[in-house]
Amino acid sequence: MKKFLTLALVLLLSLSLIACGGEGAKEEDKPEAEGPQSETIIDNEEVDKDSLEEITIGLVTDVGGIDDKSFNQGTWEGIQFYAKKFDLPASNIGYLQSTSDADYIPHLSQFSEDKKDLLVAPGFLFEESLKKISADFPDQKILFLDAVVDAPNILNALFAEHEGSYLVGVAAALKAQDAGKDTVGFVGGMDFDTIQKFEAGFEQGVLAVDPDMKIVVDYVGDFNNAEDGQTLAAKMYDAGVYVIYHAAGGSGNGVIKEAKDRVQNGEDVWVIGVDKDQYSEGVYEGNKSVILTSMLKGVDQAAYDVCKLTAQGKFEGGTVIYDLKANGVGIPADNPNLTEEWTKTINEFADKIKSGETVVDPVPSRVK
Amino acid sequence: MLKKRNHLTLSLIAIAISFVVASIVMLLSGINPKIFFLSLFRTMTGVNLQAIGKENFFNARYLGEFIQISLPIMLTGLSVGFAFRTGLFNIGAEGQVIIGGVGAVIIGVLFKLPWIIHIPLAILVAALFGAFWGWIPGILKAKFGVSEVVVTIMLNYTALYLGNYLIKALPGSDNQKTVTLASSALLQSDFLRSITGNSRLHWGFIVVILALIIYHFIIEKTTFGYELRAVGFNRDAAEYGGIKVSSRIAYSMAIAGAFAGLAGAMLSLGTFDYGRVIGAFENYGFDGIAVALLGGNTALGVFFSGLLFGGLKSSQSLMQASGIPLEIANIVSALIILFVAMNNGLDYVLDRLEARKRKKNETN
Repeated sequence: MKKFLTLALVLLLSLSLIACGGEGAKEEDKPEAEGPQSETIIDNEEVDKDSLEEITIGLVTDVGGIDDKSFNQGTWEGIQFYAKKFDLPASNIGYLQSTSDADYIPHLSQFSEDKKDLLVAPGFLFEESLKKISADFPDQKILFLDAVVDAPNILNALFAEHEGSYLVGVAAALKAQDAGKDTVGFVGGMDFDTIQKFEAGFEQGVLAVDPDMKIVVDYVGDFNNAEDGQTLAAKMYDAGVYVIYHAAGGSGNGVIKEAKDRVQNGEDVWVIGVDKDQYSEGVYEGNKSVILTSMLKGVDQAAYDVCKLTAQGKFEGGTVIYDLKANGVGIPADNPNLTEEWTKTINEFADKIKSGETVVDPVPSRVK
Repeated sequence: MLKKRNHLTLSLIAIAISFVVASIVMLLSGINPKIFFLSLFRTMTGVNLQAIGKENFFNARYLGEFIQISLPIMLTGLSVGFAFRTGLFNIGAEGQVIIGGVGAVIIGVLFKLPWIIHIPLAILVAALFGAFWGWIPGILKAKFGVSEVVVTIMLNYTALYLGNYLIKALPGSDNQKTVTLASSALLQSDFLRSITGNSRLHWGFIVVILALIIYHFIIEKTTFGYELRAVGFNRDAAEYGGIKVSSRIAYSMAIAGAFAGLAGAMLSLGTFDYGRVIGAFENYGFDGIAVALLGGNTALGVFFSGLLFGGLKSSQSLMQASGIPLEIANIVSALIILFVAMNNGLDYVLDRLEARKRKKNETN
């Protein structure tokens, strides 16, 4: 009997453990209730709520999951913001998380069969699947972020990363000048045209402030190798680089880590983040962070805008470029590591790009 | 050890208990377990029980996807099961799947052949690549006594990076994928697609049926299979009985690898039509461990447990769309494995219960 009691107790304990686990997972999984409001979305157009159709929106995440602090999360925040602003019932928006790329097609099919008014696919990984889905469900309206699939029912949203990178280039140069340094660096994930746009903009931004500034450029060769990213960053900092701008996804975490290690050892180095405001990832002590600023990609803005277009009945297939003017790229509103004067200078440069006075070339000088 | 209850009974009890426990977890998290079971049923049959009689109550796409998703994990189940029968633990199915898939992709990209040669060749090469990847830990174990567990785990990583390297090195590949494979090498079929509502069901199911039959035949009907099982029961006794234990170990791992390699072919030639650069393990090999464990390492058992795990896997779309988080299906899978692994304990509990019943009857 004693044994049986022990067994029962063990079972009970493990049950309660599982129960707790389940509960935690649930909370994590439903951020829609009171998720943080996006401060990055701008909408100057006043719309009467009643003129909008009450639409249903489905997001399929890539393998990064809904809380990837990047594309999936940003897109979801844009959709949530739309739902909140226009009082959409919570059941009208939803997401399916993928655990492998084999999940994309069934997930996309599921939402299409559920007849969602808008299907959102964030990131170029969906390219092959969307070719099939757009043919299988020709009436399904689809928003595809960051790459292009030519189909009449797909709206492709691209981003002018070179324009945003120009601004952080300005920030890097201002910071380096202020500290009396003459070298800044760029760490890319993989060396192909999409990432070269980041390099090109950064280069032009730096040189616009100081034509004598030296720019060191290197590529990790991988988006998911934090160790190699860190090694590369160490090499650059050793060579006298003061600020590194990384466009290297997960490998960039290694760059941030190296900077944190060095700052904790009394060195003075900086990192510029990418895609999302990475300030919190660079925090090393209290509220201090090695992240000088970040180049934001407005996936939330794009998702929000297209939700609204769909509700207004104005959805059309094709390709839209989200540039600085459309709030598709930019720097965070709040930059604790930039002085007011610098922010003003950066905004002046931004205005020049918006007005078309400055044209940023998406191809770096190295490649030409 | 002679079992009084067979594996089937214990497995079914384990599944039942895990469903009950999972239901409790769902209730505690405020989810209606009914939705879970309806979704699972709908995924595995295509029938929506809540819409019987209405139009669209049957969706063949679910059925097609369900079978398609079950195919590779049945094969990895056979892979792990085959090694188990020889007393070996093949954790390397994951890597063998990757390498096998790469083999199929190479044939699909580099050759232009009529389909009647191209498809069998691609599948055969996938099996051979997988077999080679399984043979390495086998021969190391046989010749030098190196633990196959350690070697296969390390070879999984080697396979991941080597596979990505080879995929990128093929002509026309970019950073993410190869060019589309020659259609003569693909298992995909417009006919199967059209009868299953545009699912990704492909001819690979024939390969899997053949693999199940071959598995059963080798293990149960041949002298070779008998020797393998003898090695699995007691290595020293087998050696004493005149079986060449070391060569049997190497063969067993190679054949296990071949089954996993076939799973790679299913993915490369069926699920997808291009070779993929993968960032991390996709768990086909690890699912195979669960499938083999639940299926008791027999062909029929692997078939049914493959269907169950395939069902849980492919029900993801529907479940998430009905508000059941991704984690619930993972919890159910984990619970099944947990309770199957505890089958000795389960046996013990059942014994006690029966004994008490008997006592009660006697006293009455």
